[in-house]
Amino acid sequence: MNKYMIYLNSKRCIGCHGCEVHCKAVKGLPVGPFLCEIDHKAVPSVKGVPKTEFTFRSCYHCDNPLCVPICPTDAMIKRADGIVYIDQEKCIGCMACAGACPWTIPEMNPDTKKAVKCDYCMDRVDAGLKPACVTKCTTHALKFVTLQEV
Amino acid sequence: MKKSIYSMCGMCTVRCPIRVESEDNKVTWIEGNQHLLGGALCAKGSAGPALVADKERPQQPLIRVGDRGAGRWKKVSWDTALDYIADKLKKIKEEHGPESVVLSSRGGPWQNMYKTFIHAFGSPNYTNHDCTCGRNTHHASLSLNGVGRKGFVYDIKNAKHLVLFGRNMFSSLRIAENLQTLDMLDNGGKLTYVDVRQTMTGLKADRFFQVRPGTDYALILAMIHEIIKRDAYDHDFIEQYVSGFDELSNFIEQYTPAWAATECGIKEKSIHAFIDEIIPAMPKVIFHPGWNLSRYKDSFYASRGLHILNVLMGNIEQKGGLIIPKGPGDCGVKGIRSLDCAKPDIKRADGVGWKYKHFDKGPGLAHLFFDAMEKEEPYPVKAWITMRHDPFSGMPDPQRQKASFDHCDLLVAIDTHYGEFSWYADVILPESTYLERESTICVQKGLKPRLAVRRKAVEPEADTKPAWWIFKELAKRLDIAEHFPYNTIEELWDWQLEPTGFSMKDFDEKGFISLTDDPIMYDPKNLEGQFATPSGKIEIISKKLTDAGLPSLKEYESPLKPEKGMFRLVYGRSAVHSHGHTTNNPLLNELMPENSLWINTKVANKLGIANGDLVDIAAENASYTGTMNAHVVDYIHPEAVYMVHGFGKHIPLQTRSYHAGVSDQKLMVGKLDDWDQAGGAINLCESFVHVRRSVRNLKRRVEL
Repeated sequence: MNKYMIYLNSKRCIGCHGCEVHCKAVKGLPVGPFLCEIDHKAVPSVKGVPKTEFTFRSCYHCDNPLCVPICPTDAMIKRADGIVYIDQEKCIGCMACAGACPWTIPEMNPDTKKAVKCDYCMDRVDAGLKPACVTKCTTHALKFVTLQEV
Repeated sequence: MKKSIYSMCGMCTVRCPIRVESEDNKVTWIEGNQHLLGGALCAKGSAGPALVADKERPQQPLIRVGDRGAGRWKKVSWDTALDYIADKLKKIKEEHGPESVVLSSRGGPWQNMYKTFIHAFGSPNYTNHDCTCGRNTHHASLSLNGVGRKGFVYDIKNAKHLVLFGRNMFSSLRIAENLQTLDMLDNGGKLTYVDVRQTMTGLKADRFFQVRPGTDYALILAMIHEIIKRDAYDHDFIEQYVSGFDELSNFIEQYTPAWAATECGIKEKSIHAFIDEIIPAMPKVIFHPGWNLSRYKDSFYASRGLHILNVLMGNIEQKGGLIIPKGPGDCGVKGIRSLDCAKPDIKRADGVGWKYKHFDKGPGLAHLFFDAMEKEEPYPVKAWITMRHDPFSGMPDPQRQKASFDHCDLLVAIDTHYGEFSWYADVILPESTYLERESTICVQKGLKPRLAVRRKAVEPEADTKPAWWIFKELAKRLDIAEHFPYNTIEELWDWQLEPTGFSMKDFDEKGFISLTDDPIMYDPKNLEGQFATPSGKIEIISKKLTDAGLPSLKEYESPLKPEKGMFRLVYGRSAVHSHGHTTNNPLLNELMPENSLWINTKVANKLGIANGDLVDIAAENASYTGTMNAHVVDYIHPEAVYMVHGFGKHIPLQTRSYHAGVSDQKLMVGKLDDWDQAGGAINLCESFVHVRRSVRNLKRRVEL
């Protein structure tokens, strides 16, 4: 069972793409991969005001991630708290994970030639902090949520 | 070694408070100051380290060796570059007098330093970029309220209704203001948005008026009309603080909502519904008086109208209204020292202060130096130093500007990155990026005034220097060093802080020094003395304007309609770029490598333009053309096309942004002289352009 998720309050989101760059900056990523993405889609007008809906997408950290068993070097790991991450030491950049993922989430880091994907900034989470995208969200629209069983 | 410092962002000129972590001289983390922004930072803010690492910015001083603009440079030492500039300046001073040197900066809290330099040199000609930004709004507020554009802060968080005329705040991104606005909306506040197109801000609105370009003033007049007709204005406030109300009442008679609805192309009943909504919310209704209102020929009067609406709301010094910013004096604290040198008693070359007496003499008007350069009236201008200001990117028609700048013997550009002007200059002095330099302490006035400072997070990667060092070194060479009484930034900071009793240690805890614990409000029933107009009242009929032969209440004139096949060119900005400053930043370039041309769906259909097609866009006389992708949308007025400003740069060393997109200011041919005689700013939305589907759209492929 996943412990965490990232929730976007679309009402506060202004589509500034800050989260995407906060993520790239903290992960030291070059031009190319994005580990999270903001998308926007025009929706019907409300009382004459043309509206747009925003969505945030990163890795879903699936309960039964298909990327984990496919990895030939056991570099893709699911932690007890549900976070799915890539052990960069073990990764050989074969991208089998991306092929297995229904959303092709893992991407190649062109600098290291290894796969990268969102790990909820687990080093930060382990230190009692929140993921970079949430911590620095321009409008406090992103929330890092701890799920509870009811 | 790990380090954490508080500082100020420098990716745009909002200068958000930040905290920066570094390790072994590399920035590892930047976040918005937790005490002020709760960590919030924008994409540009996080792309700061990419700016530091970027080798496509000047790495050492450069002296031009080829023709101007040819891009042939000699790499030189700081001593060589500074000696070169000082020798030239001395020679120019000897031949033409010190007043023949102009220094322009972007403006902002550190301009005392640049002003001190040019004044000490002997020239009154300090100027800034504001003629392409907030001058109309500034002069509008001055003429009415006796205080400039920064004479009020907006208590948006506590407002019940915020009205924005083209103020696209969710793309311009002042984070603190954005948070206030979203908090207001979360608390049930309303947002009304007026623009020629739908924007990131407009889509958060409860009411959206898509007006015909250039008709904002008509809608504003109708709003004033309705508030007065319905007798909804704050009578006590008008009685106590305002003169000229009767003239306003008479003037406004003809400008009915029915008339405005036709003029603007909106529904009359929507105007009435809007008025119905704001009346019960008074005085907690804010009409934002505009930011970059250097747009239409009547933008100055539009801004005056917005200020008048605020006055009618009676919202000054009210919670949820316009608040007079408080400074150290209001907190019983002595202010900081700032570098200063009295302005030489010489006429300004731009005519401000003697030819144009109704304008603020401080920075004058940058666009009024071009005639002086060409005609040597009132005297020759022979050198221009830009301090983080790019006239070619900011002002219209760089080709026309070049013809004037060619009369100069010396052009110096000081900036962190290459600009279109610096590429044309004789000397480039590379300033260290905001993460690699310190700045002087500044006062941030407001409800809770504070002192703020930028500190160096990392040592410079290239052979670049901070402004405080550059000006000191130049001053030494020009024998005016006594105006820069410091050798190190620490000495300068201590000198600044001495009267206040604070020390640099006081910045350590939160990154700023708060001068008060609680917000300071004046008694709204006792605001006498706050309005520095000739009469001390808020002057609806401004004596300054009357003396200048200008109307205070200007009759409305309908804007021109574009000719067939032409469109009015409207520009704006995106949340991921600070105009031309960031278009070459690797991480921001990745998000938005070029701009596109927004065009109305119905119009595009007629022209055979599909979304994503290449379109050719040409200046009115076709002397500049560009090709870009069309962004076909329903929600832009059919008379307008829109693009994000800051693209179409031709600097080969900026490989990512070289020739990427199209430049709006290059399309504004002949528009350097199209400026507002009453407000002072350039009319940046008074250009018309040709648009057609490009023949470069591939039909089939004929090569292998």
